[in-house]
Amino acid sequence: MTNVIKVSMADLKVACAPDRIMTVGLGSCVGVAIYDLSKQIAGLAHVMLPSKDLSRGDTNMAKYADTAIPLLIEKMVSCGGNRRKFQAKLAGGAQMFSFQGSNPVMKIGERNVEACKLQLKRFNIPIVAEDTGGNYGRTIELDTLTGVLMVRTASKGIKKL
Amino acid sequence: MSTWDQLNNMQVDVLKEIGNIGAGHAATSLAHLLQKPIQMKVPDVRLVSFDEIAERVGGAEHVIVATVLTIQGDVTGYMFFILHQEKAEKLIRNLFSPEASDLLNDLHLSAIQEVGNILCGSYLSALADLTGLNIQPSVPEVAIDMAAAILSYGLLEVGKVGNDALVIDACFYDQSGQDPIEGHFFLLPDPDSFSRLFQALGVTEHDKRD
Repeated sequence: MTNVIKVSMADLKVACAPDRIMTVGLGSCVGVAIYDLSKQIAGLAHVMLPSKDLSRGDTNMAKYADTAIPLLIEKMVSCGGNRRKFQAKLAGGAQMFSFQGSNPVMKIGERNVEACKLQLKRFNIPIVAEDTGGNYGRTIELDTLTGVLMVRTASKGIKKL
Repeated sequence: MSTWDQLNNMQVDVLKEIGNIGAGHAATSLAHLLQKPIQMKVPDVRLVSFDEIAERVGGAEHVIVATVLTIQGDVTGYMFFILHQEKAEKLIRNLFSPEASDLLNDLHLSAIQEVGNILCGSYLSALADLTGLNIQPSVPEVAIDMAAAILSYGLLEVGKVGNDALVIDACFYDQSGQDPIEGHFFLLPDPDSFSRLFQALGVTEHDKRD
């Protein structure tokens, strides 16, 4: 039976075939999906902030791009994933609001995407597809068997990456 | 570090009262706009995990119409005026005409934004009067989207400190019987704002440790 594993905001998980793995309601957050088709293992992180440096005492490594991605890779490897076969897909990082005149933190979606890309580059994981930016929310679901990432939105329909 | 796991009953009561007074003023404004009585539920003050916050308005993927504004000044944080889509449509019909079609077009959305602006403004000015603190709302923005995607903005500051947010949730509804217009005011103060709020209201740090 196929289970759908749900990843919460600021969390990450690993799934094995035939399960699917999903996260709901990405706004400025970025969903980082990494998969290894040779072993049919997939991992998903729901990243909320670009860097652990922003933390003020928080210890949740899954929340920040620069700690979540290394941790996700490590977990996938310990579940039998082959790091050389890893591929990544990204979704989210929207700018839902601009809040003109207020703090630059509102470019957070863009900064999250950049930070995720930087980390994936650091680990030599190719980004094969992305659906980022815009001003709308996304729900994503990754299929461990095919590596297909389904992106669902409230008003822009469904996309398959 | 601001830890609110140790909020005492008195502090929770103070936050409830903040919600009560703020949302009470907002409800009065809404009653004027709609020319019908608006009722308030007793505000709920709760520490919620990031996932739970969207559950309060129907689930993470549930589409909501939300007016969002940031709060600057002595108190910082976010304020949301939240309606389910069908309730927003009903609000539009009440404001314009019962036959209004093409609901939630740009004009209607900007009307909702203005309603949200007036209501959140009443809420926050009541709060400023009560506390004597400087509380400045930003220009509001409106969005129709998944609840989690919208509400996550309110968690960005809180998220730097931990994995829970304290939400002052005030729910209102009109008295039209079946299918009332109902909605939520969510106030999410940033972690640093709590001590200022408590101080302004005479709740001392000593009480906090009890």
